Amino acid sequence: MMNKKQAIIKYTLRLGDNALILAQRLIELVAHGPELEEEMANANFALDYLGQARMFYSYAGELEGNGRKEDDFAFMRGEREFCNFLLLEQPNGHFGDTIARSVMFEIFYLAQLEAIAACRDERLVEIAARAVKEIRYHLRHDSQWLVRLGDGTDESHAKIQASIDELWRFTGEMFAGDEVDDIIRDEFGGPDLDKIKTGWQSGMTRLLADATLQMPEDKWMDDGGRTGRHSEHFGPLIAEMQYMQRSYPGLDW
Amino acid sequence: MSKEDWPLYEVFIRAKSGLSHRHAGSVHAADDEMALDHARDVYTRRNEGISIWVVRSSDIVASDPEESSAFFEPARDKIYRHPTFYEIPEGAENI
Repeated sequence: MMNKKQAIIKYTLRLGDNALILAQRLIELVAHGPELEEEMANANFALDYLGQARMFYSYAGELEGNGRKEDDFAFMRGEREFCNFLLLEQPNGHFGDTIARSVMFEIFYLAQLEAIAACRDERLVEIAARAVKEIRYHLRHDSQWLVRLGDGTDESHAKIQASIDELWRFTGEMFAGDEVDDIIRDEFGGPDLDKIKTGWQSGMTRLLADATLQMPEDKWMDDGGRTGRHSEHFGPLIAEMQYMQRSYPGLDW
Repeated sequence: MSKEDWPLYEVFIRAKSGLSHRHAGSVHAADDEMALDHARDVYTRRNEGISIWVVRSSDIVASDPEESSAFFEPARDKIYRHPTFYEIPEGAENI
């Protein structure tokens, strides 16, 4: 049985992992944007996520009290110790794949952050209240793109529909709570995943309808991210991300 | 889609309450909402503003440089239009 402290450390690390891994994926796109303005938007978003990851990791380190700092969590842990959603480590693919991945996550993440901002842990409340504003804008931007692509040309419509269909199997994991989520909900007044799931489904239904896209049926759902069982794309991602710290331990700017 | 397909928008930013919007630059965008997002992402990253206007560059009606002599030169020698011929009453610090 996990105690409250173990649960909140684990929960905070998961939040950090989600933010860091999506940040890393978006950073891969820096200097590859389709347009100068989109390039800037993407880089801004990547930095927003990176900033959130830093805050979550710093807090997790303080809670843990063993002297681990943000860099230790980001750069010195192995693949099995990361607990991000599989959705976020999926490759960027084409622009539509990137947008679909972001929208699916951000509808969830915004609701999660809003619930955390009303929980009983002061520090998480502070971090979430700040992150909510950033994610609200990301979602505005990315949803507009989903609609633009879905309701655009035949080619863009077909491509973004394929992106949604392909990534759908990773969305179940976001709502499959475990002991950690239960403790955060019951002991800290944190997010209720059943409620978030209902909200996510209705938000997704509305958005896909606006974009003239079909909502896929829930079939088999992939999972494993939260317990450190990642997809084949994860190893190369952290190899690149951790290269400098692994080669030159303790390197600082 | 090539860049030429996206029209140009002019971006105006208001830095803080009480000031007026000032021209900040321009962005390419496929539609009005995208222009607003692009303006936000390109021109307000360093806390430059609290309000943004965007307008299609082609919708701006501009004076013709060819006509500048007729437009602007007649005002040059009308010094009586400047409020510089009044005596400031004693005790009034700002007028």
